[in-house]
Amino acid sequence: MFFRTAWLVLKKDAAIEAKSWEVLTTTLFFAVSCVLIFSFAFVKEGRAVEDAAAGILWIAIAFSGTLALGRTFERERYGETLRALLLAPAPRAALYVGKLLGMLALLGLAELLLVPLIALLFQATLFARPLLLIALLAGGTVGFCAVGTLFAAMLVRARSRDVLLPILLYPIIIPVIIAGVRGTAALLGATPDEPTAIMWIGVLGAFDVVFVTLSLWTFEPLMAE
Amino acid sequence: MRKVFGPFCALTGLMFACAPFLIARAPYESTMGLVQKIFYFHVPSWFAMFTAIGICGVASLVHLFRTSPRADRISEAAAEIAVVFGLMGLVTGPLWGRKAWGVWWQWDAKLTIALLLEMTFISSVLVRKYGGPGSDKLASAVGIFGLAVVPFVYEAVNIWRTIHPLTSVVPNLPATMGLPFWFSVAAYMMLLALLLMLRVNLGKRQAALDELYLVYED
Repeated sequence: MFFRTAWLVLKKDAAIEAKSWEVLTTTLFFAVSCVLIFSFAFVKEGRAVEDAAAGILWIAIAFSGTLALGRTFERERYGETLRALLLAPAPRAALYVGKLLGMLALLGLAELLLVPLIALLFQATLFARPLLLIALLAGGTVGFCAVGTLFAAMLVRARSRDVLLPILLYPIIIPVIIAGVRGTAALLGATPDEPTAIMWIGVLGAFDVVFVTLSLWTFEPLMAE
Repeated sequence: MRKVFGPFCALTGLMFACAPFLIARAPYESTMGLVQKIFYFHVPSWFAMFTAIGICGVASLVHLFRTSPRADRISEAAAEIAVVFGLMGLVTGPLWGRKAWGVWWQWDAKLTIALLLEMTFISSVLVRKYGGPGSDKLASAVGIFGLAVVPFVYEAVNIWRTIHPLTSVVPNLPATMGLPFWFSVAAYMMLLALLLMLRVNLGKRQAALDELYLVYED
């Protein structure tokens, strides 16, 4: 029942998105323009500053993720169907999980584009240890989206929600950014530093467990009117 | 509450007036000399901030799951007070750091956490101010998440070795330094209690006034 509801929410959003591709295309375009802006800031005499690629990758993920998060509940708000969704005889946490899965799929696609692009533009050896990089990206994305989806959901009814989302979100997800950037930077050098990367993956895993649990636990009371 | 407020206020004022004399009479620390004395105000302000964060976290949990306006007022007051005491710590810290480390700021574990917590609680104050109706629950969620994020930042930033004096300094203070230190801590805690009482009372009056307006409009 729980996972079926989550799956239905995901399927509904995917079906709407497949009609216009609005969120996906704008998010991807924004991610690419982020990379370009940072490349002007961090490239000196034709060469990128050391470790800049790791920072740019994670900043692009965080920024484009924020943009996408701001619109996860936008369609419900416009159609005024959020209340109907919340009234459905289904566990509310399942709605959260469905939205979370949608965000994860979206950011996963953005990362598929960002990683090769950054590897290409900055001559970064991002593919030296592909499994570790995937683990870092997965851990970081889950942590970011878990907190972000919850905050986006609770801001649906708030005034000036577009401004408040990053204000609330960024202080909380700083550990994700630290772990993601440091872990990716460890993989970048001439000899990838595997133990350091694995340690940061551990930090991300612990963060994900705590914050997914906390979000599932607080979603129900937060969405009560 | 109202009866004890006056004497309590006077006592706190008196303690803050006495503190400089006690601090002046405390011995100089052997390596840092005069600058070390900021510690009598710097550390207690962090103690007060963490107490306020603890109060805010508990009150937020109660409000989120039980919807109690009283707990909400306490969590609102505690969040604002945490910001104030955090600001005191963030101002006094760099003043000391400039002399002891030669730089105003270091990306050290404790400093980063302090800054992050300050940001988190400022964001909860902002959401209350600009979030419109329903922002009380949002702010309580931020309070709870802010509390949960502390160990992660600590773990994450600890990798860059810490140069901040250790917390183990405090229990091993010699009596000549310990007395003014704990006196300052007591004064700060009383100031915290005082501000909390004032702010909660203000919130209560505001709620009463709003209710009167509603009745008047009907």
